Amino acid sequence: MIEARGLTKWYGPVPAIQDVSFEIAKGEVVGFLGPNGAGKSTTIRILTCFMPPTAGSAMVDGLDCLENSLEVRRRIGYLPENVPLYNEMTVRRFLSFVAQVKGVPWKDIGREVDRVTDVCGLASVRNRIIGNLSKGFRQRVGLAQALINNPPVLILDEPTIGLDPTQIVEIRKLIQDLREDHTVLLSSHILPEVAQICRRVLIINKGRIVATDTPGALTAQLQKSAKIRLTVSGDGTGLAHALGRLDGVLQVHLEADDPVRLVVETDRSRDLRPALARTAVDYGVDLLELKTVDLSLEDIFMHLVTEEPLEHGGAVAEGVQDPARTEVMDS
Amino acid sequence: MRGFWAVYRKELYALFASPIFYVVAFIFLVLHGYFFYTALAYYSMVSFQAAQNPFMAHQLNLMDMVVRPVLMDVSVVLLLTAPLLTMRTYADERRSGTMELLFTLPVTDKGVLAAKFAGVLTTLALLLVGTLPSMAVLGAVADPNWNAILCAYLGLFLLGSAFLALGMFSSAFTKNQIVAAVLSFGALLFFWVIGWLSSIMGPTSMRLVEYLSIIRHFDTFSKGVLDSRDVIYYLIFTSFFLFVTVRQIESYRWRG
Repeated sequence: MIEARGLTKWYGPVPAIQDVSFEIAKGEVVGFLGPNGAGKSTTIRILTCFMPPTAGSAMVDGLDCLENSLEVRRRIGYLPENVPLYNEMTVRRFLSFVAQVKGVPWKDIGREVDRVTDVCGLASVRNRIIGNLSKGFRQRVGLAQALINNPPVLILDEPTIGLDPTQIVEIRKLIQDLREDHTVLLSSHILPEVAQICRRVLIINKGRIVATDTPGALTAQLQKSAKIRLTVSGDGTGLAHALGRLDGVLQVHLEADDPVRLVVETDRSRDLRPALARTAVDYGVDLLELKTVDLSLEDIFMHLVTEEPLEHGGAVAEGVQDPARTEVMDS
Repeated sequence: MRGFWAVYRKELYALFASPIFYVVAFIFLVLHGYFFYTALAYYSMVSFQAAQNPFMAHQLNLMDMVVRPVLMDVSVVLLLTAPLLTMRTYADERRSGTMELLFTLPVTDKGVLAAKFAGVLTTLALLLVGTLPSMAVLGAVADPNWNAILCAYLGLFLLGSAFLALGMFSSAFTKNQIVAAVLSFGALLFFWVIGWLSSIMGPTSMRLVEYLSIIRHFDTFSKGVLDSRDVIYYLIFTSFFLFVTVRQIESYRWRG
Protein backbone atom coordinates (compact mmCIF):
# COMPACT_ATOMS: atom_id res chain seq x y z
CA MET A 1 0.00 0.00 0.00
CA ILE A 2 2.85 2.35 0.87
CA GLU A 3 6.18 1.96 -0.81
CA ALA A 4 9.27 4.12 -0.37
CA ARG A 5 12.23 3.57 -2.60
CA GLY A 6 15.56 5.24 -1.87
CA LEU A 7 13.99 8.39 -0.44
CA THR A 8 16.55 11.10 0.16
CA LYS A 9 15.92 14.66 1.24
CA TRP A 10 18.46 17.42 1.67
CA TYR A 11 17.68 20.64 3.51
CA GLY A 12 20.33 22.81 1.92
CA PRO A 13 23.62 21.09 2.75
CA VAL A 14 22.09 18.95 5.51
CA PRO A 15 20.72 15.52 4.68
CA ALA A 16 17.49 14.86 6.57
CA ILE A 17 16.98 11.33 5.31
CA GLN A 18 19.15 9.18 3.11
CA ASP A 19 18.14 6.21 1.04
CA VAL A 20 15.06 5.34 3.07
CA SER A 21 13.26 2.33 1.61
CA PHE A 22 10.41 0.32 3.03
CA GLU A 23 7.12 -1.26 2.11
CA ILE A 24 3.89 -1.41 4.01
CA ALA A 25 1.30 -3.93 2.97
CA LYS A 26 -2.44 -3.31 2.91
CA GLY A 27 -4.01 -3.58 6.34
CA GLU A 28 -0.73 -3.38 8.22
CA VAL A 29 -0.22 -1.18 11.25
CA VAL A 30 3.36 -0.03 11.29
CA GLY A 31 5.15 1.98 13.92
CA PHE A 32 7.72 4.48 12.81
CA LEU A 33 10.25 4.94 15.56
CA GLY A 34 13.20 7.20 15.95
CA PRO A 35 14.68 9.84 18.20
CA ASN A 36 13.83 13.49 17.60
CA GLY A 37 15.38 14.80 14.41
CA ALA A 38 15.92 11.34 12.95
CA GLY A 39 13.85 12.10 9.85
CA LYS A 40 10.44 10.70 10.78
CA SER A 41 8.52 13.84 9.91
CA THR A 42 10.50 14.41 6.73
CA THR A 43 9.68 10.90 5.51
CA ILE A 44 6.04 11.37 6.41
CA ARG A 45 5.86 14.74 4.67
CA ILE A 46 7.17 13.14 1.50
CA LEU A 47 4.62 10.32 1.71
CA THR A 48 1.78 12.79 2.24
CA CYS A 49 2.90 14.85 -0.79
CA PHE A 50 3.68 17.91 1.30
CA MET A 51 7.21 18.03 -0.04
CA PRO A 52 8.94 16.26 -2.90
CA PRO A 53 12.01 14.12 -2.17
CA THR A 54 15.44 15.15 -3.44
CA ALA A 55 15.89 11.63 -4.78
CA GLY A 56 13.96 8.39 -4.73
CA SER A 57 10.25 7.83 -5.07
CA ALA A 58 7.27 7.19 -2.87
CA MET A 59 4.14 5.34 -3.92
CA VAL A 60 0.80 5.05 -2.18
CA ASP A 61 -1.67 2.51 -3.53
CA GLY A 62 0.48 2.17 -6.63
CA LEU A 63 0.40 5.91 -7.36
CA ASP A 64 3.48 8.08 -7.38
CA CYS A 65 3.42 10.88 -4.79
CA LEU A 66 4.91 13.36 -7.25
CA GLU A 67 3.05 12.52 -10.42
CA ASN A 68 -0.34 11.66 -8.97
CA SER A 69 -0.13 13.91 -5.98
CA LEU A 70 -3.83 14.72 -5.87
CA GLU A 71 -4.93 11.09 -6.16
CA VAL A 72 -2.48 10.07 -3.44
CA ARG A 73 -3.74 12.82 -1.17
CA ARG A 74 -7.30 11.57 -1.64
CA ARG A 75 -6.25 8.19 -0.28
CA ILE A 76 -4.42 9.48 2.78
CA GLY A 77 -5.76 10.73 6.07
CA TYR A 78 -2.96 12.69 7.65
CA LEU A 79 -2.52 13.94 11.17
CA PRO A 80 0.49 16.28 11.07
CA GLU A 81 2.81 16.70 14.01
CA ASN A 82 1.65 19.38 16.49
CA VAL A 83 -1.85 19.19 14.97
CA PRO A 84 -2.20 22.43 13.00
CA LEU A 85 -5.86 23.50 12.90
CA TYR A 86 -7.78 26.63 11.91
CA ASN A 87 -8.22 28.12 15.34
CA GLU A 88 -10.93 30.60 14.39
CA MET A 89 -13.31 27.89 13.19
CA THR A 90 -15.72 25.77 15.17
CA VAL A 91 -15.10 22.02 15.22
CA ARG A 92 -18.11 21.37 12.98
CA ARG A 93 -17.25 24.03 10.47
CA PHE A 94 -13.65 22.86 10.30
CA LEU A 95 -14.62 19.25 9.76
CA SER A 96 -17.11 20.14 7.08
CA PHE A 97 -14.45 22.27 5.38
CA VAL A 98 -12.16 19.23 5.28
CA ALA A 99 -15.05 17.08 4.04
CA GLN A 100 -15.70 19.55 1.21
CA VAL A 101 -12.07 19.64 0.15
CA LYS A 102 -11.89 15.86 0.29
CA GLY A 103 -14.79 15.71 -2.12
CA VAL A 104 -17.49 14.25 0.10
CA PRO A 105 -20.77 14.77 -1.81
CA TRP A 106 -22.67 17.82 -0.52
CA LYS A 107 -25.60 15.84 0.81
CA ASP A 108 -23.35 13.45 2.76
CA ILE A 109 -21.18 16.09 4.43
CA GLY A 110 -23.38 16.42 7.50
CA ARG A 111 -23.54 12.66 8.01
CA GLU A 112 -19.80 12.20 7.50
CA VAL A 113 -18.99 14.98 9.97
CA ASP A 114 -21.35 13.42 12.51
CA ARG A 115 -19.72 10.04 12.01
CA VAL A 116 -16.15 11.20 12.71
CA THR A 117 -17.40 13.41 15.54
CA ASP A 118 -18.86 10.34 17.20
CA VAL A 119 -15.88 8.10 16.50
CA CYS A 120 -13.50 10.62 18.03
CA GLY A 121 -15.73 11.55 20.96
CA LEU A 122 -16.14 15.18 19.92
CA ALA A 123 -19.90 15.44 20.28
CA SER A 124 -19.66 17.61 23.40
CA VAL A 125 -17.45 20.24 21.75
CA ARG A 126 -18.78 20.24 18.19
CA ASN A 127 -19.86 23.88 18.30
CA ARG A 128 -16.86 25.22 20.18
CA ILE A 129 -14.13 27.33 18.60
CA ILE A 130 -11.07 25.17 18.00
CA GLY A 131 -8.73 27.80 19.43
CA ASN A 132 -10.39 27.38 22.84
CA LEU A 133 -10.12 23.60 23.00
CA SER A 134 -7.77 21.67 25.25
CA LYS A 135 -4.81 19.83 23.80
CA GLY A 136 -6.58 16.48 24.06
CA PHE A 137 -9.61 17.68 22.11
CA ARG A 138 -7.41 19.36 19.50
CA GLN A 139 -5.66 16.07 18.98
CA ARG A 140 -8.99 14.36 18.49
CA VAL A 141 -10.13 17.02 16.03
CA GLY A 142 -6.90 16.37 14.13
CA LEU A 143 -7.62 12.68 14.11
CA ALA A 144 -11.25 13.29 13.11
CA GLN A 145 -10.21 15.34 10.06
CA ALA A 146 -7.82 12.55 9.05
CA LEU A 147 -10.68 10.04 9.22
CA ILE A 148 -13.06 12.06 7.05
CA ASN A 149 -14.06 10.28 3.85
CA ASN A 150 -12.62 7.07 5.29
CA PRO A 151 -9.25 7.06 3.52
CA PRO A 152 -7.61 3.64 3.16
CA VAL A 153 -4.27 4.93 4.45
CA LEU A 154 -3.79 6.77 7.72
CA ILE A 155 -0.53 8.52 8.48
CA LEU A 156 -0.32 9.79 12.02
CA ASP A 157 2.66 11.84 13.13
CA GLU A 158 3.06 11.62 16.90
CA PRO A 159 -0.65 11.20 17.62
CA THR A 160 -0.36 11.02 21.41
CA ILE A 161 2.32 13.60 22.12
CA GLY A 162 1.44 16.08 24.83
CA LEU A 163 -1.60 14.21 26.08
CA ASP A 164 -2.25 13.11 29.62
CA PRO A 165 -2.22 9.37 30.39
CA THR A 166 -6.01 8.89 30.21
CA GLN A 167 -6.20 10.66 26.88
CA ILE A 168 -3.30 8.60 25.59
CA VAL A 169 -5.14 5.41 26.44
CA GLU A 170 -8.26 6.72 24.67
CA ILE A 171 -6.45 7.76 21.51
CA ARG A 172 -4.56 4.50 21.46
CA LYS A 173 -7.78 2.56 21.74
CA LEU A 174 -9.17 4.61 18.88
CA ILE A 175 -6.21 3.72 16.69
CA GLN A 176 -6.51 0.09 17.66
CA ASP A 177 -10.14 0.13 16.55
CA LEU A 178 -9.11 1.66 13.24
CA ARG A 179 -6.66 -1.01 12.29
CA GLU A 180 -9.47 -3.27 11.16
CA ASP A 181 -9.86 -1.63 7.78
CA HIS A 182 -7.02 0.85 7.40
CA THR A 183 -3.34 0.76 6.63
CA VAL A 184 -1.74 2.81 9.39
CA LEU A 185 1.69 4.36 9.64
CA LEU A 186 2.19 5.79 13.08
CA SER A 187 5.24 7.76 14.06
CA SER A 188 6.19 7.99 17.67
CA HIS A 189 9.03 8.11 20.06
CA ILE A 190 6.97 6.53 22.80
CA LEU A 191 7.96 2.92 22.59
CA PRO A 192 5.37 1.10 24.70
CA GLU A 193 2.70 2.64 22.53
CA VAL A 194 4.24 1.34 19.36
CA ALA A 195 4.80 -2.10 20.87
CA GLN A 196 1.14 -2.23 21.84
CA ILE A 197 -0.49 -0.98 18.68
CA CYS A 198 1.81 -2.01 15.88
CA ARG A 199 2.57 -5.39 14.46
CA ARG A 200 5.72 -4.13 12.84
CA VAL A 201 8.16 -1.33 13.56
CA LEU A 202 10.47 0.69 11.37
CA ILE A 203 13.33 2.22 13.28
CA ILE A 204 15.00 5.26 11.78
CA ASN A 205 18.09 6.94 13.09
CA LYS A 206 20.16 9.79 11.64
CA GLY A 207 18.11 9.67 8.45
CA ARG A 208 18.50 5.98 7.75
CA ILE A 209 16.31 2.98 8.42
CA VAL A 210 18.26 0.87 10.89
CA ALA A 211 15.80 -1.95 11.50
CA THR A 212 12.41 -3.18 10.44
CA ASP A 213 10.59 -6.19 11.84
CA THR A 214 8.00 -7.21 14.39
CA PRO A 215 8.88 -6.21 17.95
CA GLY A 216 9.21 -9.93 18.78
CA ALA A 217 11.56 -10.76 15.93
CA LEU A 218 13.69 -7.74 16.67
CA THR A 219 14.02 -8.90 20.23
CA ALA A 220 14.99 -12.40 19.18
CA GLN A 221 17.45 -11.08 16.66
CA LEU A 222 19.23 -8.83 19.08
CA GLN A 223 19.05 -10.87 22.20
CA LYS A 224 22.06 -13.08 22.28
CA SER A 225 21.20 -14.54 25.67
CA ALA A 226 17.94 -15.34 27.44
CA LYS A 227 17.37 -13.73 30.78
CA ILE A 228 15.61 -15.39 33.68
CA ARG A 229 14.72 -13.63 36.89
CA LEU A 230 14.50 -15.56 40.15
CA THR A 231 12.98 -14.18 43.33
CA VAL A 232 13.97 -16.15 46.41
CA SER A 233 14.10 -15.63 50.13
CA GLY A 234 17.37 -16.61 51.79
CA ASP A 235 21.06 -16.36 50.98
CA GLY A 236 21.24 -14.59 47.62
CA THR A 237 25.01 -14.32 47.21
CA GLY A 238 25.58 -17.98 47.87
CA LEU A 239 22.87 -18.98 45.44
CA ALA A 240 24.32 -16.67 42.81
CA HIS A 241 27.61 -18.53 43.04
CA ALA A 242 25.85 -21.88 42.87
CA LEU A 243 23.87 -20.85 39.81
CA GLY A 244 26.95 -19.43 38.15
CA ARG A 245 28.55 -22.86 38.18
CA LEU A 246 25.70 -24.42 36.18
CA ASP A 247 26.39 -25.43 32.63
CA GLY A 248 24.89 -22.93 30.16
CA VAL A 249 24.74 -20.02 32.59
CA LEU A 250 26.66 -17.05 31.26
CA GLN A 251 26.32 -14.51 34.01
CA VAL A 252 24.39 -13.88 37.22
CA HIS A 253 23.45 -10.42 38.53
CA LEU A 254 22.21 -9.80 42.03
CA GLU A 255 19.48 -7.28 41.41
CA ALA A 256 18.02 -6.65 44.85
CA ASP A 257 18.05 -7.89 48.42
CA ASP A 258 15.03 -8.75 50.55
CA PRO A 259 13.46 -10.38 48.71
CA VAL A 260 16.53 -11.45 46.81
CA ARG A 261 16.18 -11.02 43.06
CA LEU A 262 18.68 -12.58 40.70
CA VAL A 263 18.90 -12.16 36.95
CA VAL A 264 20.51 -15.11 35.25
CA GLU A 265 21.69 -14.82 31.68
CA THR A 266 21.68 -18.14 29.93
CA ASP A 267 22.46 -19.64 26.62
CA ARG A 268 19.52 -19.00 24.26
CA SER A 269 19.63 -22.44 22.78
CA ARG A 270 18.67 -24.23 26.01
CA ASP A 271 15.83 -23.86 28.44
CA LEU A 272 17.53 -23.79 31.83
CA ARG A 273 14.47 -23.01 33.92
CA PRO A 274 14.08 -26.51 35.42
CA ALA A 275 17.79 -26.67 36.23
CA LEU A 276 17.69 -23.25 37.87
CA ALA A 277 14.65 -24.14 39.95
CA ARG A 278 16.23 -27.42 41.10
CA THR A 279 19.49 -25.71 42.01
CA ALA A 280 17.68 -23.08 44.06
CA VAL A 281 15.65 -25.68 45.94
CA ASP A 282 18.66 -27.90 46.48
CA TYR A 283 20.59 -24.93 47.80
CA GLY A 284 17.96 -24.57 50.48
CA VAL A 285 16.35 -21.21 49.66
CA ASP A 286 12.63 -20.67 49.10
CA LEU A 287 11.93 -20.08 45.43
CA LEU A 288 9.20 -17.43 45.23
CA GLU A 289 9.12 -16.65 41.54
CA LEU A 290 10.89 -17.63 38.36
CA LYS A 291 10.24 -15.98 35.03
CA THR A 292 11.89 -15.17 31.75
CA VAL A 293 12.57 -11.54 31.01
CA ASP A 294 11.97 -10.26 27.51
CA LEU A 295 14.05 -7.59 25.98
CA SER A 296 11.83 -4.55 25.69
CA LEU A 297 11.49 -2.37 22.65
CA GLU A 298 13.25 0.32 24.65
CA ASP A 299 16.33 -1.86 24.90
CA ILE A 300 16.29 -2.62 21.20
CA PHE A 301 15.75 0.99 20.39
CA MET A 302 18.56 2.18 22.62
CA HIS A 303 20.79 -0.43 21.14
CA LEU A 304 20.07 0.55 17.58
CA VAL A 305 20.08 4.24 18.13
CA THR A 306 23.06 4.61 20.42
CA GLU A 307 24.90 1.48 19.30
CA GLU A 308 25.31 0.55 22.92
CA PRO A 309 25.82 -3.12 23.60
CA LEU A 310 22.73 -4.68 25.09
CA GLU A 311 24.37 -7.06 27.42
CA HIS A 312 25.53 -4.77 30.15
CA GLY A 313 23.73 -2.64 32.62
CA GLY A 314 21.84 -4.37 35.35
CA ALA A 315 18.50 -2.77 34.62
CA VAL A 316 16.38 -5.11 32.58
CA ALA A 317 13.11 -3.68 31.57
CA GLU A 318 10.21 -5.97 31.75
CA GLY A 319 7.67 -6.33 28.90
CA VAL A 320 5.78 -3.31 27.75
CA GLN A 321 2.30 -4.11 28.91
CA ASP A 322 1.70 -1.16 31.19
CA PRO A 323 -0.40 1.28 29.15
CA ALA A 324 0.15 4.21 31.49
CA ARG A 325 3.86 4.25 30.90
CA THR A 326 4.86 7.15 28.71
CA GLU A 327 8.61 7.27 28.84
CA VAL A 328 10.08 9.42 26.15
CA MET A 329 13.23 8.07 24.69
CA ASP A 330 15.14 11.10 23.56
CA SER A 331 18.71 10.23 22.90
CA MET B 1 -13.32 22.95 -8.32
CA ARG B 2 -14.76 21.49 -5.13
CA GLY B 3 -11.49 22.32 -3.44
CA PHE B 4 -11.66 25.88 -4.71
CA TRP B 5 -15.11 26.52 -3.23
CA ALA B 6 -14.24 24.92 0.06
CA VAL B 7 -11.04 26.95 0.44
CA TYR B 8 -12.80 30.10 -0.77
CA ARG B 9 -15.46 29.74 1.91
CA LYS B 10 -12.80 29.04 4.51
CA GLU B 11 -10.89 32.16 3.43
CA LEU B 12 -13.98 34.34 3.65
CA TYR B 13 -14.72 32.89 7.06
CA ALA B 14 -11.18 33.66 8.22
CA LEU B 15 -11.36 37.19 6.76
CA PHE B 16 -14.63 37.97 8.47
CA ALA B 17 -13.77 36.24 11.73
CA SER B 18 -10.74 38.44 12.27
CA PRO B 19 -11.12 42.10 13.21
CA ILE B 20 -8.71 43.25 10.49
CA PHE B 21 -11.35 43.51 7.78
CA TYR B 22 -13.71 45.53 9.97
CA VAL B 23 -11.00 47.96 11.03
CA VAL B 24 -9.81 48.35 7.45
CA ALA B 25 -13.36 48.83 6.18
CA PHE B 26 -14.13 51.37 8.91
CA ILE B 27 -11.04 53.50 8.20
CA PHE B 28 -11.51 53.17 4.45
CA LEU B 29 -15.14 54.27 4.49
CA VAL B 30 -14.63 57.09 6.99
CA LEU B 31 -11.80 58.53 4.89
CA HIS B 32 -13.84 58.10 1.73
CA GLY B 33 -16.74 59.93 3.33
CA TYR B 34 -14.45 62.77 4.32
CA PHE B 35 -12.96 63.05 0.82
CA PHE B 36 -16.38 62.96 -0.75
CA TYR B 37 -17.84 65.58 1.59
CA THR B 38 -14.98 68.05 1.07
CA ALA B 39 -15.00 67.58 -2.70
CA LEU B 40 -18.77 68.02 -2.92
CA ALA B 41 -18.83 71.01 -0.57
CA TYR B 42 -16.10 72.68 -2.58
CA TYR B 43 -17.95 71.97 -5.80
CA SER B 44 -21.17 73.48 -4.54
CA MET B 45 -19.32 76.56 -3.31
CA VAL B 46 -17.72 77.01 -6.73
CA SER B 47 -21.12 76.47 -8.38
CA PHE B 48 -22.61 79.36 -6.41
CA GLN B 49 -19.78 81.59 -7.56
CA ALA B 50 -20.29 80.38 -11.10
CA ALA B 51 -23.91 81.47 -10.94
CA GLN B 52 -22.65 85.05 -10.96
CA ASN B 53 -19.95 84.36 -13.53
CA PRO B 54 -21.12 82.71 -16.76
CA PHE B 55 -17.53 82.11 -17.98
CA MET B 56 -16.68 80.08 -14.96
CA ALA B 57 -19.76 77.91 -15.41
CA HIS B 58 -18.27 76.40 -18.54
CA GLN B 59 -15.38 74.99 -16.58
CA LEU B 60 -17.53 73.20 -14.04
CA ASN B 61 -17.38 69.46 -14.45
CA LEU B 62 -18.73 67.03 -11.86
CA MET B 63 -16.47 64.20 -13.01
CA ASP B 64 -13.27 66.26 -12.86
CA MET B 65 -14.07 68.13 -9.67
CA VAL B 66 -15.73 65.46 -7.52
CA VAL B 67 -15.55 61.87 -8.75
CA ARG B 68 -11.98 61.92 -9.97
CA PRO B 69 -10.32 63.56 -6.96
CA VAL B 70 -12.32 61.37 -4.56
CA LEU B 71 -11.36 58.16 -6.32
CA MET B 72 -7.74 59.28 -6.58
CA ASP B 73 -7.71 59.82 -2.82
CA VAL B 74 -9.40 56.47 -2.33
CA SER B 75 -6.70 54.79 -4.39
CA VAL B 76 -4.12 56.13 -1.92
CA VAL B 77 -6.11 54.66 0.95
CA LEU B 78 -6.24 51.38 -0.96
CA LEU B 79 -2.47 51.45 -1.28
CA LEU B 80 -2.27 51.66 2.49
CA THR B 81 -4.95 49.10 3.29
CA ALA B 82 -4.51 46.42 0.61
CA PRO B 83 -1.39 45.00 2.32
CA LEU B 84 -3.47 44.59 5.49
CA LEU B 85 -6.03 42.49 3.63
CA THR B 86 -3.47 40.18 2.05
CA MET B 87 -0.85 39.89 4.77
CA ARG B 88 -2.47 36.90 6.45
CA THR B 89 -3.21 34.84 3.30
CA TYR B 90 -0.08 32.68 3.31
CA ALA B 91 1.93 34.05 6.23
CA ASP B 92 -0.65 32.96 8.76
CA GLU B 93 -0.87 29.45 7.33
CA ARG B 94 2.89 29.18 7.54
CA ARG B 95 3.03 30.50 11.10
CA SER B 96 0.32 28.24 12.44
CA GLY B 97 1.48 25.19 10.46
CA THR B 98 -1.90 24.78 8.74
CA MET B 99 0.01 25.03 5.45
CA GLU B 100 0.94 21.39 6.01
CA LEU B 101 -2.70 20.51 6.53
CA LEU B 102 -3.93 22.50 3.54
CA PHE B 103 -1.28 21.24 1.14
CA THR B 104 -1.82 17.59 2.00
CA LEU B 105 -5.56 17.85 1.31
CA PRO B 106 -6.62 17.00 -2.23
CA VAL B 107 -6.53 20.52 -3.66
CA THR B 108 -3.93 21.94 -6.04
CA ASP B 109 -1.61 24.84 -5.20
CA LYS B 110 -3.27 26.83 -7.97
CA GLY B 111 -6.70 26.04 -6.56
CA VAL B 112 -5.64 27.32 -3.16
CA LEU B 113 -4.16 30.45 -4.71
CA ALA B 114 -7.27 31.12 -6.76
CA ALA B 115 -9.46 30.66 -3.69
CA LYS B 116 -7.33 32.93 -1.54
CA PHE B 117 -7.22 35.58 -4.26
CA ALA B 118 -10.95 35.35 -4.79
CA GLY B 119 -11.35 35.78 -1.04
CA VAL B 120 -9.39 39.03 -0.85
CA LEU B 121 -11.01 40.27 -4.08
CA THR B 122 -14.37 39.78 -2.41
CA THR B 123 -13.33 42.01 0.47
CA LEU B 124 -12.06 44.61 -2.01
CA ALA B 125 -15.38 44.49 -3.83
CA LEU B 126 -17.18 44.97 -0.51
CA LEU B 127 -15.06 48.01 0.29
CA LEU B 128 -15.86 49.53 -3.10
CA VAL B 129 -19.55 48.73 -2.76
CA GLY B 130 -19.38 50.56 0.57
CA THR B 131 -18.47 53.74 -1.30
CA LEU B 132 -21.43 53.53 -3.68
CA PRO B 133 -23.91 55.41 -1.40
CA SER B 134 -21.84 58.54 -1.98
CA MET B 135 -22.35 58.11 -5.71
CA ALA B 136 -26.07 57.75 -5.03
CA VAL B 137 -25.95 61.07 -3.18
CA LEU B 138 -24.24 62.53 -6.20
CA GLY B 139 -26.97 61.13 -8.41
CA ALA B 140 -29.63 62.70 -6.14
CA VAL B 141 -28.19 66.22 -6.20
CA ALA B 142 -26.65 66.36 -9.66
CA ASP B 143 -26.58 64.58 -12.97
CA PRO B 144 -23.30 62.67 -13.20
CA ASN B 145 -22.08 60.68 -16.17
CA TRP B 146 -22.76 57.14 -14.96
CA ASN B 147 -20.68 55.47 -17.62
CA ALA B 148 -17.63 57.49 -16.63
CA ILE B 149 -18.19 56.61 -12.97
CA LEU B 150 -18.55 52.94 -13.82
CA CYS B 151 -15.31 53.11 -15.78
CA ALA B 152 -13.53 54.77 -12.85
CA TYR B 153 -14.78 52.08 -10.49
CA LEU B 154 -13.60 49.37 -12.87
CA GLY B 155 -10.19 51.04 -12.84
CA LEU B 156 -10.22 51.15 -9.05
CA PHE B 157 -11.10 47.47 -8.88
CA LEU B 158 -8.33 46.53 -11.31
CA LEU B 159 -5.87 48.70 -9.42
CA GLY B 160 -6.94 47.08 -6.16
CA SER B 161 -6.59 43.57 -7.57
CA ALA B 162 -3.05 44.41 -8.71
CA PHE B 163 -2.32 45.58 -5.15
CA LEU B 164 -3.76 42.37 -3.74
CA ALA B 165 -1.79 40.11 -6.10
CA LEU B 166 1.46 41.74 -5.06
CA GLY B 167 0.37 41.55 -1.43
CA MET B 168 -0.26 37.80 -1.69
CA PHE B 169 3.16 37.35 -3.22
CA SER B 170 4.88 39.03 -0.29
CA SER B 171 2.72 37.04 2.12
CA ALA B 172 4.01 33.82 0.56
CA PHE B 173 7.53 34.85 1.51
CA THR B 174 7.31 34.95 5.25
CA LYS B 175 5.53 33.54 8.26
CA ASN B 176 5.29 36.98 9.82
CA GLN B 177 2.21 38.99 8.84
CA ILE B 178 3.80 42.33 9.69
CA VAL B 179 6.79 41.58 7.48
CA ALA B 180 4.39 40.58 4.67
CA ALA B 181 2.45 43.84 5.02
CA VAL B 182 5.58 46.01 5.09
CA LEU B 183 7.08 44.19 2.09
CA SER B 184 3.98 44.60 -0.01
CA PHE B 185 3.50 48.21 1.03
CA GLY B 186 7.11 49.00 0.10
CA ALA B 187 6.85 47.26 -3.25
CA LEU B 188 3.51 48.93 -4.07
CA LEU B 189 4.85 52.35 -3.18
CA PHE B 190 7.81 51.68 -5.43
CA PHE B 191 5.52 50.84 -8.35
CA TRP B 192 3.54 53.97 -7.50
CA VAL B 193 6.48 56.36 -7.72
CA ILE B 194 8.52 54.56 -10.38
CA GLY B 195 7.20 57.11 -12.90
CA TRP B 196 9.28 59.81 -11.22
CA LEU B 197 12.33 58.24 -12.82
CA SER B 198 11.02 59.20 -16.25
CA SER B 199 12.22 62.82 -15.98
CA ILE B 200 15.87 61.77 -15.67
CA MET B 201 15.89 58.99 -18.25
CA GLY B 202 16.40 58.63 -21.97
CA PRO B 203 13.39 58.49 -24.29
CA THR B 204 13.10 54.65 -24.46
CA SER B 205 13.53 53.90 -20.78
CA MET B 206 11.33 56.88 -19.98
CA ARG B 207 8.44 55.26 -21.78
CA LEU B 208 9.16 51.98 -20.05
CA VAL B 209 9.07 53.38 -16.51
CA GLU B 210 6.03 55.43 -17.36
CA TYR B 211 4.32 52.29 -18.53
CA LEU B 212 5.34 50.45 -15.36
CA SER B 213 3.91 53.10 -13.06
CA ILE B 214 0.90 51.52 -11.40
CA ILE B 215 -1.04 54.75 -10.83
CA ARG B 216 -0.59 56.31 -14.25
CA HIS B 217 -2.89 53.69 -15.74
CA PHE B 218 -5.56 54.46 -13.21
CA ASP B 219 -5.41 58.10 -14.23
CA THR B 220 -7.00 57.25 -17.58
CA PHE B 221 -9.77 55.24 -15.93
CA SER B 222 -10.51 58.04 -13.47
CA LYS B 223 -11.14 60.41 -16.38
CA GLY B 224 -13.80 57.99 -17.54
CA VAL B 225 -11.70 56.68 -20.41
CA LEU B 226 -11.58 52.93 -20.93
CA ASP B 227 -8.30 52.17 -22.66
CA SER B 228 -7.45 48.54 -23.41
CA ARG B 229 -3.75 49.25 -22.75
CA ASP B 230 -4.53 50.06 -19.13
CA VAL B 231 -6.79 47.05 -18.70
CA ILE B 232 -4.05 44.84 -20.12
CA TYR B 233 -1.46 46.43 -17.85
CA TYR B 234 -3.44 45.57 -14.72
CA LEU B 235 -4.28 42.08 -15.93
CA ILE B 236 -0.63 41.36 -16.69
CA PHE B 237 0.53 42.86 -13.41
CA THR B 238 -1.99 40.78 -11.46
CA SER B 239 -1.38 37.52 -13.26
CA PHE B 240 2.38 37.96 -13.08
CA PHE B 241 2.32 38.26 -9.31
CA LEU B 242 -0.15 35.39 -8.94
CA PHE B 243 2.13 33.27 -11.10
CA VAL B 244 5.25 34.02 -9.06
CA THR B 245 3.25 33.35 -5.88
CA VAL B 246 2.54 29.79 -7.07
CA ARG B 247 6.22 29.42 -7.90
CA GLN B 248 7.19 30.75 -4.47
CA ILE B 249 4.87 28.26 -2.76
CA GLU B 250 6.31 25.40 -4.82
CA SER B 251 9.81 26.48 -3.89
CA TYR B 252 8.76 26.63 -0.23
CA ARG B 253 7.58 23.05 -0.47
CA TRP B 254 10.81 21.91 -2.06
CA ARG B 255 12.85 23.51 0.65
CA GLY B 256 10.56 22.22 3.37
